Amino acid sequence: MSSVPDPEMPYITLGDLGVVGAVRIDEDARAVHVELTPTYLGCPATEVIQQDVKAALLDAGWRSVAIELRFDPPWTPERITRQGRAKLAAEGIAPPTGRAGSKGTDSAPVFVTLGRPPAEVRCPHCGAAQTDLLSAFGPAPCQELRRCAACREPFPAIKRTR
Amino acid sequence: MTETRATETGVTVRPVEKPVEEYALRLGDDALLLSHRLSEWLTRAPDLEEEVALANIALDLLGQARYLLSLAGQSTAQDEDVLAFRRSDREYRNALIVELPNGDFAHTILRLLFFSTYQRALYRALAHSADASLAAFAGKALSEVEYHVEYAAGWAVRLGDGTEESHDRAAAAVAELWPYTAELFAADDLVNALANEGIAADPAVLHAEWSEQIEAVLAQATLGVEPTGTWRPGGGRSGLHTEALSYLLAEMQSVHRAHPGAAW
Repeated sequence: MSSVPDPEMPYITLGDLGVVGAVRIDEDARAVHVELTPTYLGCPATEVIQQDVKAALLDAGWRSVAIELRFDPPWTPERITRQGRAKLAAEGIAPPTGRAGSKGTDSAPVFVTLGRPPAEVRCPHCGAAQTDLLSAFGPAPCQELRRCAACREPFPAIKRTR
Repeated sequence: MTETRATETGVTVRPVEKPVEEYALRLGDDALLLSHRLSEWLTRAPDLEEEVALANIALDLLGQARYLLSLAGQSTAQDEDVLAFRRSDREYRNALIVELPNGDFAHTILRLLFFSTYQRALYRALAHSADASLAAFAGKALSEVEYHVEYAAGWAVRLGDGTEESHDRAAAAVAELWPYTAELFAADDLVNALANEGIAADPAVLHAEWSEQIEAVLAQATLGVEPTGTWRPGGGRSGLHTEALSYLLAEMQSVHRAHPGAAW
């Protein structure tokens, strides 16, 4: 199941993305219960992900598949595996810079701030450290748009959780 | 709560039962209708980045609405689609500010600033709600709303502190929308009872936080809040709306009402 590709970023798997949570199995009944943690509440890929996971498990011989969406604890970019980050970078999407596998920080609430602290997002094309935010909203809910100051190439990056 | 009524399709929409479900219905209706208004900018936004941004924010709000309406319909066994597409205007529980027509880009930005700053305070409080479903939802939604506030605040300053034309339009939007913001913080028996149980957020606390943050942004945007008299429209939480909602629902619900139960 973890090898099912993400429908919007098919070069990484759901396991890489970190959206697959607890799995409970009943061997006798051949039944499986899966918790999924979508990246964003309104992510349009969520329904396709549910269908794909269900189909993969039925193909694998399970007779009964139950899927539950969970938002607590929430998905954060830190859940993307090291392998997933490498695959994203190879596809021109800057991966998150936090430590892989660690949980998101429970940071203090921010008040209205104008302009963001400079984020260390490296260009996935030339590797330059200096990149600028073009828009906080990109081609998918979990992505933002940036541009490299060195090679001037625009690229999407995985958003940090605020 | 509303009286039971039959829709054209013969399906009866039942009033939600528990107070926490009525509360979720109010918040879900707010998110659903602002999502719809923002999605009306598709193909009409000033540039591509704003088109993508407004669509993304609309999508986030739609995700919130789906969760909240599902919560609202739990004990009456009514799903999100029944509540979204089969209720009439009198059965909607949103605050009036989210149903107002879009106006110009400044109007959309100022409304988003007022509403998302309110939502951020609300979700920060609800992340500690005694209701586990609301708390889990609010913690997740909060991280999304941070981006909405930042986007709206950034544009509010650029418009307000921009050209004479953009300043005047932003100021007009503040003047029009300001009276409607009061309803977001109105307390009634339902909210007071839920707040006492630690389930709902205390509107007075939200209002204090909101006012401080909004005043800071408006000051930076050189947009003072004009005195607008004492007129404070309300009624949305009990189903009394402007006519704008009826037109919105007619469009939003047309496909579902024409083809009840249809699936892709």
